Amino acid sequence: MAEEVQRYNIRMAGVGGQGVVTASHIVSNGVVISGGHSSLVPFFGSEKRNAPVESYVRISNGEIYEIGEIIYPNVLMIFHAQVITLGKSYTMPFYSGLKKGGIIIINSRTPIPFSVDEERELEENGAQICYLPATEMANDLAKTELATNMAMCGAISGLFGLPDLTSLEASVKDRFIGKGIVVSGGTAALDSAIERKFAKKAKLLEANVKTLTAAFQYAIDQGWAKEAKKRRDEIKAAEAASA
Amino acid sequence: MSDSKLYIKEMPADWVPGRDKQKVVSPEYMFHEAPREQVFITGSEAAREAIRRSNVDIAISYPITPQSETMQQAGYLYDEGYIGEYYRAEEEIGTMSAIGGSSRAGIRSLTATSGPGLMRGMEAISSWPGARTPLVLLNMCRVINTPLAIQPDNIEMSFLINSGLIMLHGENQQDFYDYTMAAFMISEQVDVTLPVSVSVDGFFVTHARGNVKMQADDLKLPPRDGWRSAVPAMDNENPPARISRDAPIQKSNFISYHMHASWQQEVFAATERAKKYINNYLGGIVEIINPDADVMLIASGAAVSQSREAVRQSSELGIKVGLIKVKAIRPFPKAELREACKNVKQILVPEFNQLGWLHKEVCSNLFGFTDAQIAPGPRVYGGMTMPTEMILEWLEEGRKDKPWFFQDPF
Repeated sequence: MAEEVQRYNIRMAGVGGQGVVTASHIVSNGVVISGGHSSLVPFFGSEKRNAPVESYVRISNGEIYEIGEIIYPNVLMIFHAQVITLGKSYTMPFYSGLKKGGIIIINSRTPIPFSVDEERELEENGAQICYLPATEMANDLAKTELATNMAMCGAISGLFGLPDLTSLEASVKDRFIGKGIVVSGGTAALDSAIERKFAKKAKLLEANVKTLTAAFQYAIDQGWAKEAKKRRDEIKAAEAASA
Repeated sequence: MSDSKLYIKEMPADWVPGRDKQKVVSPEYMFHEAPREQVFITGSEAAREAIRRSNVDIAISYPITPQSETMQQAGYLYDEGYIGEYYRAEEEIGTMSAIGGSSRAGIRSLTATSGPGLMRGMEAISSWPGARTPLVLLNMCRVINTPLAIQPDNIEMSFLINSGLIMLHGENQQDFYDYTMAAFMISEQVDVTLPVSVSVDGFFVTHARGNVKMQADDLKLPPRDGWRSAVPAMDNENPPARISRDAPIQKSNFISYHMHASWQQEVFAATERAKKYINNYLGGIVEIINPDADVMLIASGAAVSQSREAVRQSSELGIKVGLIKVKAIRPFPKAELREACKNVKQILVPEFNQLGWLHKEVCSNLFGFTDAQIAPGPRVYGGMTMPTEMILEWLEEGRKDKPWFFQDPF
């Protein structure tokens, strides 16, 4: 089972239309449903497809005071390879500010060919890179790539246990058939498009939860949480030794 | 000839406006006693819920990022009948002039804007206090300088500081909710009768989610009584309708400078008199954490949140750091600051603007009342948030023998 981490900050980066901001609302809301604390802030220019989008989520089992974008995250979620390969990001390079031993979840079936400098800096920083075939999962299980963000959310739960899967599912339910979440004007338009595809919201919810659960399981099967804990312990030991 | 029709939404015959279904309660009950339920919402939604419970007669605004989302939400309130009248003005000069007019007519008035919109409306805004117009201006802070940006940077607040408005500065979604409701009540007190601005840092508060404890939505504040006011409302219903105030407020260019000077004195005295209501409704004009600490952070708005986290992380390192949250910029809590800082050794003023307007206020009000050295920062601007790490770095530097920020020529 995933180990519960007490306090972590995520920077999500992707391109317009992928549901990055929605994903941050779902994760954040899931944490609150589970009894934890969370806050989020999105960052985007004009709302248009394929333009860079970032969103930041703070998660903790204690009170959170900080607000605003996260300059020094522990976790990066890269929703689209173009964030790295084409530099579609407000934060360049994509890992800038990542804390030592930070985790990077990248939506890609195969490893991304980093530049020599990127490779070296990631190595020096002890970054743990996790590849998740989120778009493939969405296409296979929900029959639409629009569920990519669900896979990304599921992986976070599999890695950290906060939010737990049940709360995350409840959060998705809130988003689609619950009280509704105000995300942005553009998202409302997208909603009507996706609803045409799925005659019934219940069916939409089911497809989303299926993708969510599969990614959760994938993260556990890959042993990401164990690896993360190992790295945290190593860093702590090194800090203690140097102190 | 055009064949245009008026598209007015027909309401069902049995439609009852939302505000008619609410129960009036006293501000004391609303702010201190009414049970509250916690919800997790954005700042724009928090503002909407505050407006819903504020018995607003009219809202006028012109859209500008990041204010637009809140005023779009206010549109829903109008549709549900929680706001009496609502329209989009032609631009901000029009907005700020019109809302001044509606306030003079004696009804509860609300407007909202952001950075450049505030600048455009500034001529009309600075005419409000002298005209003694109780109204509420929500200001979602945004960069005003070129290059163009929509990000939060609260430098525009420095332009409001000496205009005679009461200025509240909210830290988070909860403050945006509480301050907005309190603002109406403060503004309409007879011995105040002034406009109140409620500023929050845009996006970090407006577009982000946070926990907000809210009273039930079937409660509302008492309506405005236009006659219960330092300067009575104008009678616009019985002809001849008046468009200007009575002498001496608006007589002619022959107004004596004695009269004008005393009028200004009265406006600024009224801002000071607002302090007792701010203390009552907001639970104190300042909030102090670790009052016995040698090192004190003084902050307002979003900088308070980052400072709280710096205080928390410092305590994990075994270092005690104090924090004073300044809730109102006008009236400025100078007596409270002098008392809180009399034994402090070092003060840092984290701010989200380049100018350091809070630093200037702190320095001029503490001069001669403390031996503490006051650091000019840390500051971020252009719209970025202040990483807690930056405050921690400054605190660490401050513990050195000769911190660079106290060296000449900095």
